Amino acid sequence: MSEPGHSGAAFARGPADADGGLDPAARAGYADHPPRMGFFTDTSVCIGCKACEVACKEWNAVPEDGIELTGMSYDNTVGLGASTWRHVAFIEQPVTAVADATEGVRWLMASDVCKHCTESGCLDVCPTGALFRTEFGTVVVQDDVCNGCGYCVGACPFGVIARREEDGQAHKCTLCYDRLGAGMEPACAKACPTESIQFGPLDELRERAALRVADLRAAGQDQARLYLDDPDDGIGGGGAFFLLLDEPEVYGLPPDPVVTTRDLPSIWKHVGLAAAGLVATGIALGFGRRK
Amino acid sequence: MAEAHPVGFQWVMEAKKRGAKVIHVDPRFTRTSALADLHVPIRAGADIAFVGGLINYVLTNEKYFREYVVNYTNAATILTGDFADTEDLDGVFSGLDREYRLYDMETWRYQGDEVRPAVGERSPEKTIPPLTREQLRQVRMAGRGERHGAGGAACHPAADTDETLQDPCCVFQVLKRHYARYTPQLVAEVAGIPEATFNQVCELITENSGRDRTTAFVYSVGWTHHTIGAQNIRSASILQALLGNIGRPGGGIMALRGHASIQGSTDIPTLFDLLPGYLPMPHMYGNEDLSAYLASETVQKGFWANFSDYMVSLLKAYWGDAATKDNDFCYGYLPRLSGSHSTFDTVLAQLDGVCTGYLLLGQNPAVGSANARMQRLGLANLDWLVVRDFSLTESATWWQNGPEIETGEMRTEDLKTEVFFLPAAAHTEKDGSFTSTQRLLQWHHAGVEPAGDARSDLWFTYHLGLRIRQKLSRGGEGGSAPRADTATATDETAEMDRPVLDLTWDYPVKGRLEEPDAEAVLAEINGWNARGEPLTSYTQLKDDGSTTCGCWIYCGVYAGGVNQAARRVPGGQQNWIANQWGWAWPANRRVLYNRASADPDGRPWSERKALVWWDAESNRWTGHDVPDFVADRPPDYAPPDGATGVAAITGTDPFIMQGDGKAWLFAPAGMADGPLPTHYEPQESPVANLLYGQQHNPVRQIISHPQSLYEPSGNEPGSDVFPYVATTIRLTEHHTAGGMSRFLPYLAELQPAFFCEVSPELAAERGLEHAGWATIVTARSAIEARVMVTGRIRPLRVAGRVVHQVGLPWHWGLNGLTAGDAANELVHLSLDPNVHIQEDKAFACDIRPGRRPRGPALRDLVREYQQRAGITPQTGTQP
Amino acid sequence: MTEPKGRGAAWTEERGTSHEGPPPPAARPARRRLKAARRREESRVPDFEFTSYYGRPVIKEPAWGVPDVPGYLFLGGLAGASSVLAAGAEMSGYGELARVAKVGALGAISLSAVALVHDLGRPERFANMLRVFKPSSPMSVGSWLLTAYGPLAGAAAVSDMTGILPAAGALATAGAGLLGPGVATYTAALLCDTAVPGWHEGHREMPYLFAGSASCAAAGLGLLTVSPAAAGPARTLATVGAPAELVAKRLLLRRLGEIAEPYETGRPGRLLRAAELLTVGGLAGAVLGRRNRAVSALAGASLLAASALTRFGVFEAGLVTARDPKYTIVPQRRRLDRRGMN
Repeated sequence: MSEPGHSGAAFARGPADADGGLDPAARAGYADHPPRMGFFTDTSVCIGCKACEVACKEWNAVPEDGIELTGMSYDNTVGLGASTWRHVAFIEQPVTAVADATEGVRWLMASDVCKHCTESGCLDVCPTGALFRTEFGTVVVQDDVCNGCGYCVGACPFGVIARREEDGQAHKCTLCYDRLGAGMEPACAKACPTESIQFGPLDELRERAALRVADLRAAGQDQARLYLDDPDDGIGGGGAFFLLLDEPEVYGLPPDPVVTTRDLPSIWKHVGLAAAGLVATGIALGFGRRK
Repeated sequence: MAEAHPVGFQWVMEAKKRGAKVIHVDPRFTRTSALADLHVPIRAGADIAFVGGLINYVLTNEKYFREYVVNYTNAATILTGDFADTEDLDGVFSGLDREYRLYDMETWRYQGDEVRPAVGERSPEKTIPPLTREQLRQVRMAGRGERHGAGGAACHPAADTDETLQDPCCVFQVLKRHYARYTPQLVAEVAGIPEATFNQVCELITENSGRDRTTAFVYSVGWTHHTIGAQNIRSASILQALLGNIGRPGGGIMALRGHASIQGSTDIPTLFDLLPGYLPMPHMYGNEDLSAYLASETVQKGFWANFSDYMVSLLKAYWGDAATKDNDFCYGYLPRLSGSHSTFDTVLAQLDGVCTGYLLLGQNPAVGSANARMQRLGLANLDWLVVRDFSLTESATWWQNGPEIETGEMRTEDLKTEVFFLPAAAHTEKDGSFTSTQRLLQWHHAGVEPAGDARSDLWFTYHLGLRIRQKLSRGGEGGSAPRADTATATDETAEMDRPVLDLTWDYPVKGRLEEPDAEAVLAEINGWNARGEPLTSYTQLKDDGSTTCGCWIYCGVYAGGVNQAARRVPGGQQNWIANQWGWAWPANRRVLYNRASADPDGRPWSERKALVWWDAESNRWTGHDVPDFVADRPPDYAPPDGATGVAAITGTDPFIMQGDGKAWLFAPAGMADGPLPTHYEPQESPVANLLYGQQHNPVRQIISHPQSLYEPSGNEPGSDVFPYVATTIRLTEHHTAGGMSRFLPYLAELQPAFFCEVSPELAAERGLEHAGWATIVTARSAIEARVMVTGRIRPLRVAGRVVHQVGLPWHWGLNGLTAGDAANELVHLSLDPNVHIQEDKAFACDIRPGRRPRGPALRDLVREYQQRAGITPQTGTQP
Repeated sequence: MTEPKGRGAAWTEERGTSHEGPPPPAARPARRRLKAARRREESRVPDFEFTSYYGRPVIKEPAWGVPDVPGYLFLGGLAGASSVLAAGAEMSGYGELARVAKVGALGAISLSAVALVHDLGRPERFANMLRVFKPSSPMSVGSWLLTAYGPLAGAAAVSDMTGILPAAGALATAGAGLLGPGVATYTAALLCDTAVPGWHEGHREMPYLFAGSASCAAAGLGLLTVSPAAAGPARTLATVGAPAELVAKRLLLRRLGEIAEPYETGRPGRLLRAAELLTVGGLAGAVLGRRNRAVSALAGASLLAASALTRFGVFEAGLVTARDPKYTIVPQRRRLDRRGMN
């Protein structure tokens, strides 16, 4: 396609871009575009208030998706999906304070969101072009195009996007594309009282995050780490990245995600060979003669 | 704080970022604890033991801020030798009248002087025999007559002091003795706080207090909803006064509130015993006319000396031109107290058939008030009930689907109450103000017009008033016809209608809905002078009828005709005090008693903590905040002999509202239950008081009723039937009694079910399954909840054994997208005697697996428990 | 109550993951035998601790419905391979077989289209599949393939049955025969180009498995409907396809390593074992029964059923690997640990 937004699949990942591979909008064909915008979610200051969940639903008119107690600590939202675009995870962990050996508890809280991957599996596999890359470098579903084939659902390494039962279409976080266009920040970032969710140009966020994690480590929090901030990781870095206080899988995140499209050349190669084999078989069959 | 004030909590996080340490004291490890540096687990109801332990640590280790204590508190004041402490009388103070459940405060006073509380004697009593009444009246009246002017006792209430703090009768020594047994070991035994944790707190707060650093205490209903609630706050104020943290930046005691305008609901009160600005409601005894009232309530020194200015200006606001000097400014129109008229007394009056009508404006007592069941029984005895809300709350539908319908105790068709439901506008649909934490008024503007028939409370009240006045007025139907049996029966409107008809009731209305102009109300609250000009300060108020002011502490909010509460200068454009956001009462002062942020010479205790200071050049107090002091009074000012009122405040009396200008470590008057906070067990506790033979607060307010019985406590037989400590809690996702959250899908799905929080140990002990069901039982009722087994609640070692606690969110009721039983079904009616607040933060319960019985079997279960515990109407009622 | 650490079952250190290549042969456990497969349900020695979020899946299982999509895998394979068989049979003079294959291809591809459209969340928007052509999307490639192949298969069948335009029909047959392999194998890309570990990690082997399975289906249809004497090419196709499928499956399971568990256990395991039996039986029947119509037909039915069961089995096994977080977490965690990162 000649329109910007639809080309530039990871499939066509060529030499590193000028800024180290963080410019998916350019690769998608936008000649002139604003800086790449994203989220830095610092879970170390999350107070688990879920204002992000509510603000997102209010702004985007996302339907309620289940009034049922899960027993998963204070998480009754369970996970991201077609009708949950911000999900706050709660993890209670027993800890033993080293100083005086008192038994205690640690309660991790983290707001999860679509990662708006640099190399985006959902975008790559979408057959209708409903999913596209915006000029801000984010990934958005066009609601009037999606025909609910569901391919994106299985292609996401984080289990973000899903099909909504009510309308049969795929939905996910748009990074409030409409608000960005008006120069506003996304609803969740606006509502977050402690600035756990920070919004801004991605390179600025990465600088800030590096300082923050260094501060935490210096203060003794040696489990603090950044997640999806590295452009050399399996998705080319996330447009939304995180500061975690434990391993990713503790939060339900994959430890080392790799976008499926990385293997696409190999996939097509073997498909091609197998198909060729069938063709050859067919030709061979053609040379027998009815007795 | 993170649970209930998530937006405000961002400032705690900001402080953390700048190096502040956050200590969270709570029976449970909550979302606040998750972000705190230290969580202190505590047995609910043992806060005085904890804070008393901190006080003892400060005194014993001499960590108090001596110069501050000597100069700014009453530590040096010497008491009469008649005072006996709880240490002397096994848990009570001298002057206790057990039969009438009150203290005579004679023996608590300062040697050589009579001290009055800053706001008058206001303890409403239910049944006072004439004799005791006389005694109290005499105490109240002691402030008048010979005490003024020439002759009689010295008017300047500077009692005898010992600045070395050694005199055995000085407040400091009395304080030391009082808290001497509150050691870390005792704190561990009574409150369940591990000694190492407690010692950490001691070190942190003392290291962080003094000239260069200040420590702040932040609390909410976890401290106030107790029979010793007011004393909890008192204990914090003692500690903070000793540490020199009051009146200083980053210090103080901050009351977070239960909802967005509850501070406002006491400022412009919806409480029975107050008039706007904390003026006492007149009592039928001793306040017969204006001069009697003023005499009994005014004090000699300080700004309360100008009491008459505030009161007369208020009366002018109410009755305008009809209020003149000749008619006592219509003082006679005010209602009089005849005892306690708290919401719980009102329920009793309903059950007795005395109160037959009720208006509930945004209040849901069928879920939100203690002993919810009794609330509904009261509603069922009314002739009429009006509920204004935007959801059909349980207080509106109890007659249709309430728990008593399910048990069969009520049948809808047999109920006589006529229930009116009037839809109410939400805060986004009306103009008005919120007054909450920090005494800050913030204006909000209507974003949209309310839909359909929904109207604001202001609209309702104003138009209701218009219609009633119309009916009462001459020629209007329903007006009081001249009575043939009165001597002065005339064609005139009857005397009894005048209070309503003489009111100033003429706010402008705007728009299609004829919504009263809320700013006009604000302007009236602010007040104006005889020329109609808006006032700027309460110092302009006069008692000659020339000024009008609806609430003296709010005077200045409309200064210059500008709505100061609507100011929103962003923080980034102001200094750190940011006093151009909203308006704080009084006088936009952000930190009360901020004179105490400077030393006796008027210099800040440290540059780092400078707030206000004396500028000798311009002869004024100045600084970052509005000084809370007489503007031009130098630090070395000594009042002449016989000076009274404001003139009697010395240059080193920061606590200008107190009779002696000092912070009261020892409160010689004003607290119904003692001059010093003392550890008492809650009304219901599985633990006996380890400190004293006196188990409970001896003057707590008891409301015992067949529908509201108490459980045995401590060592009383039967207390083991309810062996667990229950405490009500809040969740971020829901709001108070649930009317604003249970009906919203986006909130309902976040916390979709009523649950109880228990420790794994309690779950094992009682066979409770995570995400299963449990039934929680008290002597009042039994409710069911889903079970949340969590390590965030730990069993505590108290009094040598393990005590378990159960956390119960109180947001649920039977209506809405998420429905459940109400925690307040379980709560009893024993109240703090100072402020009549319910004790729902610590009571005793049993918990068992499985759902509760339905129908009549529910009451059978409760009765079975009552029998097993040997409960009678007398249980738990002893003083 | 949160359980932060859980034991993963059946993870031995020796098993490799796809991104690092096959495991070193010396460390491999003994070759599994078919009969040992029944004991697969029990856990092996657990030796890898991992954490998850309340045991919740990390990725989402594909939204594709059963039987629509696995059914389509079978039908699409049947159609594509049938077109190959039809072209070959026609060239070598097996006209009856060729006709059956052409009609079979048309029927299968028509049913396929119904299944695919039905599976869409917004079926009325099926035409949006042709808004773009995206090589990065196997579904896009497939949509275009089907758009080209369908009419060709249709023309071939119709021409053969009615006798109209025989030259065009022959061209259509050839065209369908060239595109058919694509139709039969691209579905492997469809499954493997996802985050589903049980599919993605087998992306090198799956196309051959699908090609073999498709061949068996096409051969089976031929053997079922045509007398053995006239079904020579079908028989030949079976002797190529069946072993290819069986070998591909072995290689696939070896490649998957610890992720192979659902292919050998539970319901998917049962489906695939049955499929294997039916494939072997079908091949044997096809060869041994080349003079017996009944045996030959039975063999054909067997091969058809086997192909269907294979697709359903592979589909379900993949879903299992999507649902249980260990299949996503453990291989990734191992990979990280090996790289010396945390």
